[in-house]
Amino acid sequence: MKEEIIISGFGGQGVLSMGKILAYSGLMEGKEVTWMPAYGPEQRGGTANVTIIVSDERISSPILSRYDTAIILNQPSLEKFESKIKPGGTLIYDGYGIIEPPTRKDINIYRIDAMDAATEMNNTKAFNMIVLGGLLKLHPIVSIESVLKGLRKTLPERHHHLIPMNEAAIRKGMEIIRPHE
Amino acid sequence: MAEEVVLMKGNEAIAHAAIRCGADGYFGYPITPQSEVLETLAEEKPWETTGMVVLQAESEVAAINMVYGAAATGKMVLTSSSSPGVSLKQEGISYIAGAELPCLIVNVMRGGPGLGTIQPSQADYFQSTKGGGHGDYRLIVLAPSSVQEMADFVGLAFNLAFKYRNPAMILADGVIGQMMEKVVLPPFRPRRTEEEIIAQCPWAANGRKKGRKPNIITSLELDPVIMEQRNIHLQAKYKEIEKNEVRCEEIQCEDAEYLIVAFGSCARIAMKAIEIAREQGIKVGLLRPITLWPFPYDEIELLSHHIKGILVLELNAGQMIEDVRLAVQNNIKIVHSGRMGGIVPDPDEVVDDLKEKLMK
Repeated sequence: MKEEIIISGFGGQGVLSMGKILAYSGLMEGKEVTWMPAYGPEQRGGTANVTIIVSDERISSPILSRYDTAIILNQPSLEKFESKIKPGGTLIYDGYGIIEPPTRKDINIYRIDAMDAATEMNNTKAFNMIVLGGLLKLHPIVSIESVLKGLRKTLPERHHHLIPMNEAAIRKGMEIIRPHE
Repeated sequence: MAEEVVLMKGNEAIAHAAIRCGADGYFGYPITPQSEVLETLAEEKPWETTGMVVLQAESEVAAINMVYGAAATGKMVLTSSSSPGVSLKQEGISYIAGAELPCLIVNVMRGGPGLGTIQPSQADYFQSTKGGGHGDYRLIVLAPSSVQEMADFVGLAFNLAFKYRNPAMILADGVIGQMMEKVVLPPFRPRRTEEEIIAQCPWAANGRKKGRKPNIITSLELDPVIMEQRNIHLQAKYKEIEKNEVRCEEIQCEDAEYLIVAFGSCARIAMKAIEIAREQGIKVGLLRPITLWPFPYDEIELLSHHIKGILVLELNAGQMIEDVRLAVQNNIKIVHSGRMGGIVPDPDEVVDDLKEKLMK
C-alpha cells in the first residue's frame, strides 16, 4: 500500500494539521510516513499545502510530481493541482471554496460540503476533520481508531475532551461526501 | 525497553538528539527554516534534566564565539542556523578549526545569495566543503537525507569532532529540516563528568591541576615557521580523515548504465526519479555522498568505469559537480540538474533532465 496525497487550501483552514493527523495515524499503524509542508510565505495567509505519503515500504521522495489523491479546499489550489493527479486518482473538493469546479474526466471527483457542515455543527474548527472523514470513507488508508489514538497521543490532556467532537466530525464527513455531478 | 518510534521534523530531531547525546550546550539565534531547533530545546528545558545549557545569543556571531569558548574547555557544544546566519559564523568557524576544537555546526540551508529566501537550497556546498572562512581548513561535513539521519548524525558528528579535534557540520536544507518522518531517537547518554572531560580532552583549558603545563587554546601564531608547522599538522590530520571517514550510499548501482549523484533532499528526489526511470526501462542508479567532506572521490571513480554518464542533482547552479568531475578520470558525460533560489525540482523534472541532458 502506498498513498501519495496533497492537501491544499488557505492558511488557517487546518491543512497542515489535517496532514499531521493523517501522518500520526499512519505511524500508529506502523506504516512509513512523510509529511512535507510548504512552509513558505503561503503559511502566512496565502495558500498552504502539505504532501503526505503513507506507505508500507521505505518512502523515496517527499517532493512529488503527481498524486494519488488531492484534497482541494480553495480555487487557487485546484488550478495548481488538478493536472497533477494521476489518471484514475481521486480529487476531493470543498464545495464552499470552489467556484469553477474541476473538469478532468480521467479521475474520480468527489465533493464534500465540509464548510457548510461545520457551520451547521456550530464548529468551524471541525472543518478539516470533516474533510478527513470524507477521505477515509473513500480511501481507508488508516482506521478511525488509529486517528483517535493519534489524537490522544498528540493533543495535550487538557484538550482530550475535544476528541469525541473530532470523531463526530470524521463520521459526518464520511456521511456527506458524494460524487461530483 | 522497546525502541520508541516518534514522528517529528528534522529540526526537532536535531534538538532531541543533542540532549540525548549528552551535549553540554547549545548557542543559537533563530532563523527560518531551522528555528525549531532552538524552539524544541526551549520546550524540552534540558537545563532542568541533564544540565545542558541552552542559550539564545544576541547574534549568530555571538553564538559561534560562545561555541568557541565552550569547546575550548572540552565541552560538547553545538550551534545551528541557516545560510545567511552561517555566513555570519564563518570567522568563528575558521578560528575553531585553527584552534582544533571539536564542535557541531548545523546549517539548514535556504536559498541565497544574500538574505535570499526561506525556501530549501543546497547552495552552501562550496562554503561548507571548500572553506567559507579564511585559511586552509576543513570541516567534516555530514549530509542527512532523512529525519532519522538528522537524529543519527548528531552523535556521529560529535564522535568525529572529538576523535579528530575538528569542527563538524551537519549540512541539511529546508526540506529535511521541515519535513516530518518516523524517527527512533538515540538512547539517553549522560553528560560527561568533569573528570571524564579531563581524561578525554587533555588539551582542554578547563582549569590547570598541579603538575600539568598550561593548555593554551589559540589560532594565533606570529612566527610563520611555527605557523607553517601547524598547517602541516592540520593537513596531515585532514589526510587521515580523508583516509578513514568517507561515507556514501549506493542504490541500484549494480546494473546501472547511468548514475545520479545527489545528497540530502536531492538524493530523496533522485530515488523517486530512479523509480520512474526504471519503469521506463532506463537503468539508473544513485550514489549519495553522506560525507561531503571527505568526498567519495574513489567510489565515484570506480563506478564511472561501468556507466555511460552522470547526472549531478543539486539545489544550486552546479557546485558538487566540480568534485564529481575531479573524481572521474575518463571522459564520460557529466551534467548538472537542479533548481536555484529555493525552488525544488520534482522527480519528473529530474527524469526529463536525465533524458534530455544526459542520454541525448
